[in-house]
Amino acid sequence: MNSALLIILLTLGFILYLGVRARRGIQMDFEQWSVGGRGFSGLLVFVLIAGELYTTFTLLGASGFAYGNGGPALYVIVYTCLAFVLSYWLLPAIWRFAKQHGVLTQPEFFAKAYGSPALGLIVAAVALVALVPYLVLQFKGLGIIVELTSYGSLSPVAAIWIGGIAMAVYVNLSGMHGSAATAVVKDALVLAVCVFLGLYLPIHHHGGLGDMFARIESAHPGFLALPATGKSEAWFISTVALSALGMYLWPHAFSATFTAKEERSFRRNAAVMPLYALVMLFSMLAGFAAVLEVPGLKGGQIDLALLTLSIRTFDPWVVGVIGAAGMLTALVPGSIMLISASTLLARDLYRPLRPGSGDMHLARVSRVGTLLLMLVAVALTIFGGSSIVSLLLTGFSIVTQLAPALWSVVARRPFANAHGVMAGILVGEAFVAATVFGGLTLAKLLPGAPSWVHDLNIGIVGLGLNVAAMLLVTALSRWRSPAGASALSPRADA
Amino acid sequence: MKLHHWLATLPFLLALAGVLFANRVQPFVLGLPFFLAWIIGWVLLTSLVMWLVYRLDPANRP
Repeated sequence: MNSALLIILLTLGFILYLGVRARRGIQMDFEQWSVGGRGFSGLLVFVLIAGELYTTFTLLGASGFAYGNGGPALYVIVYTCLAFVLSYWLLPAIWRFAKQHGVLTQPEFFAKAYGSPALGLIVAAVALVALVPYLVLQFKGLGIIVELTSYGSLSPVAAIWIGGIAMAVYVNLSGMHGSAATAVVKDALVLAVCVFLGLYLPIHHHGGLGDMFARIESAHPGFLALPATGKSEAWFISTVALSALGMYLWPHAFSATFTAKEERSFRRNAAVMPLYALVMLFSMLAGFAAVLEVPGLKGGQIDLALLTLSIRTFDPWVVGVIGAAGMLTALVPGSIMLISASTLLARDLYRPLRPGSGDMHLARVSRVGTLLLMLVAVALTIFGGSSIVSLLLTGFSIVTQLAPALWSVVARRPFANAHGVMAGILVGEAFVAATVFGGLTLAKLLPGAPSWVHDLNIGIVGLGLNVAAMLLVTALSRWRSPAGASALSPRADA
Repeated sequence: MKLHHWLATLPFLLALAGVLFANRVQPFVLGLPFFLAWIIGWVLLTSLVMWLVYRLDPANRP
């Protein structure tokens, strides 16, 4: 066993211990298990909501995107910050409604806000379709990170099984309390590793940040800004806008807001979270450092840029620390996804089939659900084909289709009812499916349009169709039964 | 809309419309490409704006 693998395994043991210990002194009912009894302080909420964004993507994806695409990678920082600005108003509104109505999941939130169990079922299906591939992505990242940083002494399959079992154990015992306890450690370690790599790699290989950027600019002129076509300014603006709107509609991010004790935490955090987004910048700096040092990585391999350069640069024990941080970026956000997916499995899909199930019974169902989902995710990671990858790429478009439904709930005056919202979501998701499986692009839709139109994120069209269908069906159903409409309108039960 | 609402629109305007002016590598600012330097400045400004919003919003008075 090399020192890197030893560090990774010790970290895993420590995290497992912390995660299991987090249940001490807590009467673990369903609400405690799934949303920490709505009692988390501002700091824990911060770590869960901001830190949850630091998944394997921060370490592998952001650096790989910077390595492969250059300037366009910065869109990640911009949309995250804009989502944080929105969070100032959005999260307190979500939190307040959820607390008043004892809501534990995102589908339940929409079902209660619109007084429609059918809508709850649709949102539950959407949430699972988006969440499971995202969980698979974490496991995939885990396998790659552990295999590379242990110098191949642990195979990806073994790493995925060990990580999956450890996650299932502490999620089962401690639920959200386990995720919160481990999230604090994860954030501290990832922060330190990212900042270190983002400064050390450019200095070590290029003599400094300025020298590194000057060398990249002379080798690849324009690489550090947005190109004229492809990932152009039109792409940047449309993708930033869409992603900022969609970020909090990820089911696990949505239900993480329920853990807060008071709504003021969200407003206070909104000023600090943009600074936190800068951590991703350091990961990108490490990716830029790899551009001239490990050239030639193509396609999916660009995600390996940071690890490849690190292994070439550092002693095994440093690589071990990087690997440990990488493992935590997979396990901790993965555990939150697992909790919210299994909670919604129990409350939104199982309960309608078995009405009258008590909370104790549902809590047991959701714990069995964590095991089931973990096994499904591990199996999909190991045996899954490329169709999962295409689902992953559109995970954001899938959850963004829930945005109009949320706007109507938090707006001062609701502008849609359950019928309209259901129609909007179905139309939006059908459009997303047409782009993923049918290969629909804006160039095919509008062949004559100028090239900046072709660069726009196609999700904008999906969202536009969604809103149009929502308003149209809302208007039609109100016109047909004006009396019934008021009972269906949002906040009817608030 | 109150003052703090208007303030919060600033990050959106600067991010979405600002790209059209800031999308360039030259001139380097403190060794960073202009686009990158502009985005770092924008993040710091966004943080400041949200701090001001927090102070101005009557909802946060004890």
